[in-house]
Amino acid sequence: MMKEVLSMDHVSFSYQSEEGVTEKAIDDISFAVQQGEWIAIVGHNGSGKSTLAKLMIGLLFPDEGEVNVFIQKLSEANLWAIRSRMGFVFQNPDNQFVGSTVQDDVAFALENNGVPFTDMVTRVHESLAQVNMSNFHDHEPHHLSGGQKQRVAIAGALALKPELLLMDEATSMLDPQGRDEVIRVVEELKTKTGLTVISITHDLEEALLADRIVVMNKGKLLTTGTPTQIFARGDELEAIGLDLPFAMKVSRLLRESGMELFGEHMTEEELVNGLWTSHFSK
Amino acid sequence: MLEKMIFGRYIPGTSFVHKLDPRSKLSFVFLFIIAVFLANNAVTYGILLGFTLLVIFSSRIRIYFLINGLKPIIFLIAFTFLMHIFFTKEGAIIVDWKFIKIYEEGLRQGIFISLRFLVLVLMTSILTLTTSPISITDGMEDLLNPFKRFKLPVHELALMMSISLRFIPTLMDETDKILKAQLARGSDISTGSIKQRIRAVIPLLVPLFVSAFKRAEDLAIAMEVRGYRGGEGRTRYRQLKWHWRDTVALALLGVLVAALVLLRG
Amino acid sequence: MDISLQQVGYSYGRNTPFEKRALQGVDGTIKTGSYTAIIGHTGSGKSTLLMHLNGLLKPSEGIVQIGDTQITAGTKAKELKAVRRHVGIVFQFPEHQLFEETVEKDIMFGPMNFGVSKEESRKRAHELIELLGLPPDTAQKSPFDLSGGQMRRVAIAGVLAFKPSVLVLDEPTAGLDPRGRKEIMELFSRLHAEENLTTVLVTHSMEDAARYADNIIVMHNGHSVMAGTPQNIFGDEETLASFGLGVPRSVKLQRVVEKMIGRPLPVLALTEEDLATALARAASEEGDANA
Ligand SMILES: Nc1ncnc2c1ncn2[C@@H]1O[C@H](COP(=O)(O)OP(=O)(O)O)[C@@H](O)[C@H]1O
Ligand SMILES: Nc1ncnc2c1ncn2[C@@H]1O[C@H](COP(=O)(O)OP(=O)(O)O)[C@@H](O)[C@H]1O
Ligand SMILES: [Mg+2]
Ligand SMILES: [Mg+2]
Repeated sequence: MMKEVLSMDHVSFSYQSEEGVTEKAIDDISFAVQQGEWIAIVGHNGSGKSTLAKLMIGLLFPDEGEVNVFIQKLSEANLWAIRSRMGFVFQNPDNQFVGSTVQDDVAFALENNGVPFTDMVTRVHESLAQVNMSNFHDHEPHHLSGGQKQRVAIAGALALKPELLLMDEATSMLDPQGRDEVIRVVEELKTKTGLTVISITHDLEEALLADRIVVMNKGKLLTTGTPTQIFARGDELEAIGLDLPFAMKVSRLLRESGMELFGEHMTEEELVNGLWTSHFSK
Repeated sequence: MLEKMIFGRYIPGTSFVHKLDPRSKLSFVFLFIIAVFLANNAVTYGILLGFTLLVIFSSRIRIYFLINGLKPIIFLIAFTFLMHIFFTKEGAIIVDWKFIKIYEEGLRQGIFISLRFLVLVLMTSILTLTTSPISITDGMEDLLNPFKRFKLPVHELALMMSISLRFIPTLMDETDKILKAQLARGSDISTGSIKQRIRAVIPLLVPLFVSAFKRAEDLAIAMEVRGYRGGEGRTRYRQLKWHWRDTVALALLGVLVAALVLLRG
Repeated sequence: MDISLQQVGYSYGRNTPFEKRALQGVDGTIKTGSYTAIIGHTGSGKSTLLMHLNGLLKPSEGIVQIGDTQITAGTKAKELKAVRRHVGIVFQFPEHQLFEETVEKDIMFGPMNFGVSKEESRKRAHELIELLGLPPDTAQKSPFDLSGGQMRRVAIAGVLAFKPSVLVLDEPTAGLDPRGRKEIMELFSRLHAEENLTTVLVTHSMEDAARYADNIIVMHNGHSVMAGTPQNIFGDEETLASFGLGVPRSVKLQRVVEKMIGRPLPVLALTEEDLATALARAASEEGDANA
């Protein structure tokens, strides 16, 4: 039985500007997320991804349409209850680190939600273990790498045992190593605990790990589908300024040079297999 | 240059002083500051200095770092000393060389006031060097708790302080980066007339403010999303623990005060 | 303008409890007209090294030779400003340095500091706005009203405006979206090719290092541990791995294919275009052999 975690129903939103007239930052968007899914939201800068995320956690409310989280319409009244059931990780590792040490930061949401001290201690330990940061309890933020800070932010979200984890470009300010660390942790969480994840990202290798991709373009939802379905529309994606997975780029170049290749090649493994069967296995 | 200053910095460690509860350290320093004013003769100032050295010793902070890091303040102390020497005209003349006349009382007061200044600076530095800023905040919050009754927003003040402390290194790095970026564009803060120098600060201040505001905005959102709604109904992760060593430290201070009272002139 | 480093060492916070060694015995040469990539882990000393290239930092030990100027620990601050005019640095997230009321004024800041006349500076600002693909009406806008990608371009224009002969870039594409990244990298590549601008790029992207650079310096724990052409550096996968670095994706894929077909491809594929060409050739050879 599928259980809906979040849905957007014909949601539109415009920022108020001094001149009055503004384009819609979010224009008539609808989609639903089921429990246990990993959704990647991709789109060029300014396409409305962060606005969408803010609508999901009630930092903004739609002009038109409805945002439903855990099958309730998100409103001022149930905002805090709903937020305590979801975790959020933002882009800038520094600007969301509230605590003065790693453990203080992880405990922050617990403190806010009135969790008793003894529970807090075990939850902080467990959460830090889940993101492989157990040896860093007393570290101060300016002695951590970006990837470590983001993992602490994830631990801070996990401490509340959330049903949904939202990440807004959580890896875009990290070096490749930091990015890998974070993606690996999320992947592990997803397989171990079945956590529902919505991740806004420019990183295609990350998007390929998702169950479903939502493509945004200029405030509109361009398309959603599995990575295979999405990347089958390579030209369209390139036209709106998105990158293609590396294997796909190579496979397209090969086709352009007149080589016969069968099927789509999303991953390097698929490409190598494709090459083998069509050209080298004879 | 800034990186040499140790005033207000924290050096982690495991010494007796490091391990004291921040509340006892704060009370200790507060009472010590008052006690310093009890000293009024050579013996009592001697005791004060000895006591301070004892505290420094048990904090295991190297004297060399202390002196080196407090250089700017030591200049200030030296200046105070000279002011007293040259402007106090009481007691017997002990030096009379050309236009310089130094009186006994001037020398005496110069030495005492500088000593007082020195022990105060040393003691407060030991406090900040051995106590992480966040512990100081915790200690303050706890000690100020009784004032909540008088509508003092103790929790908010403590949170504000801990966040500011948390962001000091971040903003220092930021300042350094912006400074370097503008230097690379040929800006020059260290030469030119006063007016030019003030102008040269704008390219530094504007980006710093912009960035600080951006950070504050992000932080406020991050806090809200993580359920922060003020101190009401909030539990605390940081718990303070009073140990026997805290009692010992305060008792020692009691001994100091008693000695000062008995031996002052 | 040639730059050379001889046994350069640097420590932050000397003679304090917080002293931190960032560079040690670094050697290297950046030839006029070259495109040098500096790669290495975060914390390996890349940014510290960059700041030595225009005298923002003076070496604690060793010598930095920039054109005719020699910089050592004892060099006076006054001599450094002249050097900065010739070596421009675009820092990481350069949009954080914007401060003027208008884009035009912000771009003019650098050249005017270096004694270029107001008219000339303004002329350059407008040329650069066009060169960087910003809309013409950007000139009179506040830089803070622009999108992130546009702010980045304005900040880059602010460095190009004083016409440095060496352009130093510290991860110039961090945080941009894929199209933004590509456009910025292509811009630098064009400047390098057309204006013969000596370029130094710090990057985490092995793909960018392989595609754009003709010379690579590898940093590790404050030491310069490898230097050479992309072919040399990325051909030595093992040594790179010992510094925690990988090879470009094209090389990775090339290795997999080589294993599969049981023979090496003739050249190292530094870009996906190289790889596609090599694969197409290999496949047709295979076809010929089987025919
Ligand atoms: N606080 C704001 N006020 C006004 N306009 C905004 C604000 N935040 C974003 N926008 C505008 O809304 C659009 C979508 O922005 P955003 O959601 O941040 O996109 P993304 O996260 O995909 O880069 C952009 O055109 C942006 O300029
Ligand atoms: N302002 C500073 N003060 C003290 N240490 C620093 C400072 N800047 C960098 N470092 C240290 O110097 C080393 C090299 O840093 P950096 O040059 O920034 O490396 P990279 O750019 O390769 O990430 C790191 O260990 C870093 O922690
Ligand atoms: Mg965004
Ligand atoms: Mg760096």
